[in-house]
Amino acid sequence: MRRWMPSPALSAGLLLMWLLLNQSLEPAHWLMGVFLGIVAPLLARPLQPQGYARIRKPLALFRLLGLSLIEIVRSCLNVGQIILFRRSEGVNSQFIRVPLDLRDPHGLALLSCLINTTPGTVWAEIIPDRHELLLHIFDLQEEQWWIDTIKNNYERPIIEVFESGVPAGRKEGA
Amino acid sequence: MMNVADTLPWWAALPVAFLLILGGVITVTGAAGLLRLKNFYQRIHGPAITVTLGAGCFLIASMIYFTVLQSRLVIHELLISVFVLMTAPVVAMMIMRAAIYRDRRSRDLTKLAGEREEV
Repeated sequence: MRRWMPSPALSAGLLLMWLLLNQSLEPAHWLMGVFLGIVAPLLARPLQPQGYARIRKPLALFRLLGLSLIEIVRSCLNVGQIILFRRSEGVNSQFIRVPLDLRDPHGLALLSCLINTTPGTVWAEIIPDRHELLLHIFDLQEEQWWIDTIKNNYERPIIEVFESGVPAGRKEGA
Repeated sequence: MMNVADTLPWWAALPVAFLLILGGVITVTGAAGLLRLKNFYQRIHGPAITVTLGAGCFLIASMIYFTVLQSRLVIHELLISVFVLMTAPVVAMMIMRAAIYRDRRSRDLTKLAGEREEV
């Protein structure tokens, strides 16, 4: 089963995408969608040196995405307000460093997408030897607040989604 | 001649109009950010609100409009939002890294030039 369908979630996503693109539920489109869902992941497999991501807790993922959506809307309003009503010189734009415990490459990819999608924060790079994230904040008020938010609201759920073998709390203690 | 949009019932026209105006305002705000903010690292945050909330408003408006007008569920706009949300962050990161690389490089070069002059 694994051999022919390395990532069921990806296959289901492709099928759904095909049906949405064609805006139809006719059997022919189902057939083509299932074909794509099986063949495309197999053909694309060599492009993924790490293998496909395994989402261990889909519910936690949806919860994370929902919370991120709220955060995105909130940040949008904040950034819009700053652009309209504040002078550029008064905006405290800074780089900050956030130490990361997350190691899974898929988890890091998701984290970077969420951080970059949220207005006001842009991922700059991971400093390799210390595994710290260099993050640019549009209007920095309190550095510790940002570090806590990233670690508690984003990193911990992502660790839970991708690396659920290890509870998030144990890593910090070790 | 009657416009197609005129056949839209008022209860659908209202949220559609509201979302379009809101999306427009957000997009203009994002563009204003490009004009008003002084340095590159600040400007990179301006278009982010256009991509997320601005595009979101337009897409939801489009979904409501075509669903009501064609009396069937039109939700393939979801695909657009998925693709935008998958690509925009990557672009932001690439631009950011390019800027950092450029700054570090020019700093190194000026340092190098200074050392040469001293010699």
